[in-house]
Amino acid sequence: MKNSMKFLIMVLVLLAIPIVILAQTEEPKEKVITINAQQFSYTPGTVEVNRGDRVTIRLISTDVHHGLYIDGYEVSTDARPGQDGSLTFVANNTGKFVMRCSVTCGPFHPYMIGYLKVKPDYRLFGSIWLAVGIFISSILLVIRRQKP
Amino acid sequence: MTEKILGLFPVDWRFELTSLPYVRKIIKSRWMPFLPIVLNLSVFTIILMAGFVGGVSAGNYNFGIMFVWIVWWLLLMMVMVPFFSRIWCMICPLPAFGEWLQRLGFMKVRNKLFGLNKKWPKSLKNMWLVNFLFLGTTYTTGFLTTRPIATFILLMSIIIGSIVLMVVFEKRNFCKYIGCPVGGFLGLYSNMAVTEIRAKNPQICKDHKHKDCVIGNEKGHACPWMIMPFDIGRNTYCGMCLECFKTCPYDNMAINLRPPATDLLVDKNRGLDEAWKAFIMLGIAIFFFLIMQGNMGFLKDWANAKTTEGYLTFVVLHSIFNLLLIPGVFFVFVYASHTFGSKEIPLKKLFTNFSYTLVPMGLIAWIAFSFGILFPNSSYVLHVISDPFAWGWDLFGTAHFPWTPFLTGVMPYFQIGTLLFGLVLSLDIGFKISKQTFQKRDEAVRGFIPIAAFLTVVTIFLIWLFTG
Repeated sequence: MKNSMKFLIMVLVLLAIPIVILAQTEEPKEKVITINAQQFSYTPGTVEVNRGDRVTIRLISTDVHHGLYIDGYEVSTDARPGQDGSLTFVANNTGKFVMRCSVTCGPFHPYMIGYLKVKPDYRLFGSIWLAVGIFISSILLVIRRQKP
Repeated sequence: MTEKILGLFPVDWRFELTSLPYVRKIIKSRWMPFLPIVLNLSVFTIILMAGFVGGVSAGNYNFGIMFVWIVWWLLLMMVMVPFFSRIWCMICPLPAFGEWLQRLGFMKVRNKLFGLNKKWPKSLKNMWLVNFLFLGTTYTTGFLTTRPIATFILLMSIIIGSIVLMVVFEKRNFCKYIGCPVGGFLGLYSNMAVTEIRAKNPQICKDHKHKDCVIGNEKGHACPWMIMPFDIGRNTYCGMCLECFKTCPYDNMAINLRPPATDLLVDKNRGLDEAWKAFIMLGIAIFFFLIMQGNMGFLKDWANAKTTEGYLTFVVLHSIFNLLLIPGVFFVFVYASHTFGSKEIPLKKLFTNFSYTLVPMGLIAWIAFSFGILFPNSSYVLHVISDPFAWGWDLFGTAHFPWTPFLTGVMPYFQIGTLLFGLVLSLDIGFKISKQTFQKRDEAVRGFIPIAAFLTVVTIFLIWLFTG
């Protein structure tokens, strides 16, 4: 049991190292990002920024009327060919946020999706940490029950 | 000592819902399930009309698309299957025409059925056919979920197919083995349900030689699902038609509440057909996510058949991923379990038994996936109920309700919480299956570790895919 506990603590400490490294953030910056919207995707499909960045997204449509709504930030803009859209926000919330088309643009409109990733993604690291913790706990539990 | 699910709920705990007099009265009435089927049929009539008049218009403003692929699908995965087993099969209106034709009536009991009443071949009495049928249906997901006319064609094909095949083959062979694309996973995932239909006292059934539930009587039909109601080990093939409640002269059938996933511990009638159903369902959840909630435009173009080459690439990759890749990766972990646990247990038995750990994982993955549909898209429903045929109606004053995503900011937490719960449940079921499969407990522990690792890796992958 003692060894199992030592092992568990060691694994959790080891797991924490990459999380601490990955959680290092850069200084907030001003970022201007251009996104092209075309049935039924955004280019680039993923936008990556750091926590605290002031982000301006310029939306350009190359075919029909499109929109862009960001989950979690609840900001949106829209664009038509020749009539660009724009939105600005401060990326205070970290994690992955879905960018969705907010104007019905054709059959696949509900599936027109892009991602905004605000680093560091504590939510993802924390979830992986929990999953690994559940795994190790379950193994320790069945091993412990095995002993008389 | 009685096993407990999640260390909390004894596996053999039951509460008989039909012990409540008014519940039993309703269940025994011949109006059940006729009345819900008719009500459901009226909704499906609107769905079919909306699908037909909607043509190829954008699906998000079509009643048919919204009610089938948002309302029905979410209710099915998030409510009906986990809580009420195959209750959908009880109220499904699609095979109703075929069944009414077999019975030459709506509610009257007629045990000599109209039609050829052919037996379904014994070699096909499994899930293989519906596995391929469902996988084949998912090739068209890009059309089904976005073009109203495609949903119309699918539903009409099921209705017409059921009428024809139910005239040829006896009883509910159509639903069970032949023509229902969703019947297979409803059966497998209903093993997770917290409700079941079982005999109250098996000894009464054993002593009763006549078996009215199997052959029928003047009060009810012989079991349309061709199972032995007195010996239902698992929910898989019980369509909850309630005929056995009517036919049983001893009132010995019950609907019970029970802990979740208990059927997965029944070491009887497990098979590779159900194993592949579990792989296919998990794989489709991943592929559907990539198409519907992913950011890869080229994949959407493939599924949308923008080019023939792209569409064929999608079909091939989708098939390989579901039929070969997932089972292949799973096999590696099962092989490790075989090596660490005991080589005396046949590899096939290990593979089959442990594949049932993917049932909780798969259902939970679908629930997590469904949050991604529910929160962003359900506001469309308010629009379509007011103007179901896009004829400019405003029946409830919500026809102009704008698209309004809700709770999308916290949606990832719902998904992560659900997936982690799924991991806990899968690990719990996994170790119980391991103990059933290996002869000694230390072998079961060693053999369980690779499977637990696989389940954890899949969970982390799904968390990363959905939220990371």
